[in-house]
Amino acid sequence: MYTLVAIAGLGILCLIAEIFNLRKAIVPITILGLLGSLVLNVADYGKTLSYFNNMIITDTFSVAFTSLFIILAIFLIALTPVVHKEHKAKISDFVAIKLFLLTGAIAMVTFGNLAMFFLGIEILSISLYVLAASEPKNLKSNEAGMKYFLMGAFASGIILFGIALIYGAIGSFDTGVIYGALLENNNVPGWFFIGIVMLTIGLLFKIAAVPFHFWAPDVYEGSPTLTTATMSTLTKVAAMASFFKLMTTLNRTVPGSYITIISIVAILSMTVGNIMALRQNSVKRMLAYSGISHAGFMLMVFFSPTFTAGTLFYYAAAYTLAGIASFAVVLFVCTNKENEDVYNFNGLGKTNPLMAGILTCSLLSMAGIPIFSGFFAKFFLFHQVFSSGHVAIVIVAIINSIISLGYYFKLIIAMYTKESTAEKQTVPFTYGAVALIALVLNIAMGLYPSFALELIFR
Amino acid sequence: MENILQQIGIENYIYLSTLLFCIGIFGVLYRRNAIVMFMSVEIMLNAVNLLLVAFSTYHQDASGQVFVFFSMAVAAAEVAVGLAILVAVYRNLNNIDIDNLKNLKG
Repeated sequence: MYTLVAIAGLGILCLIAEIFNLRKAIVPITILGLLGSLVLNVADYGKTLSYFNNMIITDTFSVAFTSLFIILAIFLIALTPVVHKEHKAKISDFVAIKLFLLTGAIAMVTFGNLAMFFLGIEILSISLYVLAASEPKNLKSNEAGMKYFLMGAFASGIILFGIALIYGAIGSFDTGVIYGALLENNNVPGWFFIGIVMLTIGLLFKIAAVPFHFWAPDVYEGSPTLTTATMSTLTKVAAMASFFKLMTTLNRTVPGSYITIISIVAILSMTVGNIMALRQNSVKRMLAYSGISHAGFMLMVFFSPTFTAGTLFYYAAAYTLAGIASFAVVLFVCTNKENEDVYNFNGLGKTNPLMAGILTCSLLSMAGIPIFSGFFAKFFLFHQVFSSGHVAIVIVAIINSIISLGYYFKLIIAMYTKESTAEKQTVPFTYGAVALIALVLNIAMGLYPSFALELIFR
Repeated sequence: MENILQQIGIENYIYLSTLLFCIGIFGVLYRRNAIVMFMSVEIMLNAVNLLLVAFSTYHQDASGQVFVFFSMAVAAAEVAVGLAILVAVYRNLNNIDIDNLKNLKG
């Protein structure tokens, strides 16, 4: 709880620092503050505490995911001053909005009440609408912001309707009370299940799983690249984690028909995401479709929800760290370029071997090649789903991992075999440092998987 | 209050707010003017508010009404951001027809 308050306070502090002309100190102070709140957060580890009448509940699940979000936010905020170096006056706004976004993400995994869950998802979404449209003179950014706003508001309306129906059926917003009421009597009104389905639809919109994915590629392509990085890492994982927490706290056992729906959505997300990614030329669009297919992989954790919180965390951490590393390289390569097409990466292996190596490693991690944690994440996930008896979906997932190699290698081949089109640039220190640290964390998780896997226990 | 709710029946409140919600959904899906789309989103959110208040009376529980305050505040913040994006679009295109925003595809 103190983490949440500290980070919200840090955001306000950033806005105040702008008034007193402390622009240069904002990013270092924010990063120090975030490291401090990381310590504050880890101090809560292992205890189950509830605050404000069960509004906020911290347990190992929320502490583990909060730490992951804070680490991702540190990377994203460290990248901010280099990206916006032509608009120094706006840095405090960008940093403050990212901190508020982080507040929303943390509220989404620590909620003990549907009101808190709704507020968290809205704080996260509203901050992202602003970030997506944060280049007002660029028509692409306008379009991305508008599309994201309309889809997001639509999804929020559906989530809110679902919450209202659940409240109508049970008479409380408290997840503990709802869980208890479901245990006691089996004949809850039919609209309770309609409410659960509407919540599911709204959250599938937010994580961009397949029938509800159509906004994602456009928004990812149009938004400024740093915002795309935020969306495809922090936001996607926050929505996934809160979906998982919501389903495991509201339903003791997930019914079979629900599993069928989720498995169809997961298979469609993987297949459509991967096949569409094969025919993309823009790297941002390709990573958007790859994010859709990873959402499909992450949805597979629902097949045995009591055991898989650790696997979900491991998968999320592996995917997001690789995502941060690859987006740092994309940011470096595509500064001052008109678009993010693959030809911009031609010959990067010769002009800049370090950045090319980092991008290669992070793409291989996403594809699931050993040594990198992406492989172990997929391995543990497939193993668990396989042992819970869903063989067919594991086969589909493995076929999809093989397809995904196709588009990841398209980029890698362009970097190492084609002739360079652009002259050599020097790497700004921040891009290199962020990409390298994210990649090292990713590999370290691959070498010591048990640490991250066993973080979450009940 | 209780009397009226009993006379009318909770189902009718659910039907009414579902109807309003569907009007909002179809407004978002079929209208092409951005401001009308925003108004449709507002209808969706207000339909939910009506439902929450009806359930709050039905259960004799105040938390539903408190939730309405949260959802109103959120809706206001959301529309403020939405209108700001709309102004940015208008400055670039000189109109607010959503059909002009289709440069991103592939």
